[in-house]
Amino acid sequence: MKKTMTTTIKHHLTDDLLMAYAAGNLPEAFSLVVATHVSLCDECRARLMEYEAVGGAVLDDAPECAMAEDSFAATMRLIDGMPADERIETSAMVRHDGNAVFPQPLRDYVGGDAEAVRWKSLGGRIRQAVLPTSKEASVRLLYIPAGMAMPDHGHKGMELTMVLQGAFEDDEGLYARGDVEVANEEMEHTPVAAPGPDCICLVATDAPLKFSGLLPRIAQPFIGI
Amino acid sequence: MNERQTSDVRWVQLVERVRSGRDQRAFAELFGHFAPRVKAFLMKSGADASLAEECAQEVMATVWHKAHLFDPERASVATWVFTIARNRRIDALRKQRRPEPEDLPWGPEHEPDQSETIALQQESEQLGRALAALPDNQRMLIERAYFGELSHSEIAAETGLPLGTIKSRIRLALERLRHEMK
Ligand SMILES: [Zn+2]
Ligand SMILES: [Zn+2]
Repeated sequence: MKKTMTTTIKHHLTDDLLMAYAAGNLPEAFSLVVATHVSLCDECRARLMEYEAVGGAVLDDAPECAMAEDSFAATMRLIDGMPADERIETSAMVRHDGNAVFPQPLRDYVGGDAEAVRWKSLGGRIRQAVLPTSKEASVRLLYIPAGMAMPDHGHKGMELTMVLQGAFEDDEGLYARGDVEVANEEMEHTPVAAPGPDCICLVATDAPLKFSGLLPRIAQPFIGI
Repeated sequence: MNERQTSDVRWVQLVERVRSGRDQRAFAELFGHFAPRVKAFLMKSGADASLAEECAQEVMATVWHKAHLFDPERASVATWVFTIARNRRIDALRKQRRPEPEDLPWGPEHEPDQSETIALQQESEQLGRALAALPDNQRMLIERAYFGELSHSEIAAETGLPLGTIKSRIRLALERLRHEMK
C-alpha cells in the first residue's frame, strides 16, 4: 500500500464477513456496513483484496463453458452500442470527500452526508433512519445522544454496528469512529453512548433484536427494530 | 506447466493494449480466455445458459470500457474480471445493489510502477498454484463459497458436513494460500 491513512480503528470486520463480501454472498444491508468500514480502514481493505484475489484464482481455475457461436461479434456490437457515459469512472472516485462524516457508499444510500438523514424519533431523543435495501437483512442509522443507553437486548441473528460519529461503550469495550461490533446469538448488551459528540451508528441486522425489558418489547412492533 | 503460471503478466499487457489502442485482437485474446470462465461462473451460481451467455458478454464489454480503471499494481486481470462478474451476478441474479468501498484517494490516473506490477502479478500466479495444490476437500469448499452463492451454513446443509468443519477447512485453506503468497 502506498498511502496509509492515519487510523485508530481497533475493532475490525471478521474474516467470514470479508470473504462473504468478496464472494458477493452477503445481504445488501451487511454489504453496506462492510463497504462503509473498508472505506475508512486500510487493514480490512488489504484483507478484502486478498479475498478478492482468491476469487480471481478460482475464476481462472474454473472449467470453461463454451460461448455461443457469434458471441465475440455480439459483444463488439454491445460495446459499440454502449453510450459513452458508460465509460465514466465510478462515482466513488470522482466524489471522494475527506471531510464527510459518512463515507461514499453510505452517502449513496442516504442521498448526502449526515445532515441529509431523515430521522424519525424513537422516543427519549433517540432517532433512527431505516435505509432501503433488499429484504433478507435491514440496515438503519441510529442517533444516540451522548450519555444515553440503547435498550438492553439480545440477538436472534447477526448484528453489525459501525460507529460514524461519537462513540459507544458496552461490556465488549469502547467503540469509536470506524469501529465495528459484531454481535450474534450468544451476546446480550446495553450500548451506552460515550460523553462527547452524540453517537451516530450504522446498524445491520438479519433478525429482529430481543429486548429484555418489558417496555421496549411492547414498543418493538412500532419502532421496527 | 500450467497456462496460468506464465500468463498473468500477458493479460496485463493485453488490457493495456485495449486501454490505450482499443486493440480488438488483444481483446479477442482476453475474451477467449475469460468469457467461457465467466459464463461457467454464472451458471454455477444458478443462471441458465442464455442468461449466463448474456451476462458474460456484458462483463466482457465492461472489461473493454473500463480498461482504464484496471490497476495492475493492485490486482491480477483474473481478479479484476472476477469482481466485475461478481457484481453483474449480484445485479442480475440477486437483483440487489452492490455498495462498494470509496476508492483510495490516488485514483485511477497514476502510472503503474513496473516492478510493483510484476511483483503483484507473480504473487497472483503463486496464489493460483497454491489453490490448485490444495487438498480436494479444501479446494472444493473454497470454490463453492465463491461460485455456488452458498453461505457456510448452506454448504453445511448440502454436504452434510458440520458447520464447524466447513469453517475450519476454509480457514485452513486460506491460511495455506496466504502462506504461499508470502
Ligand atoms: Zn478494519
Ligand atoms: Zn446489539
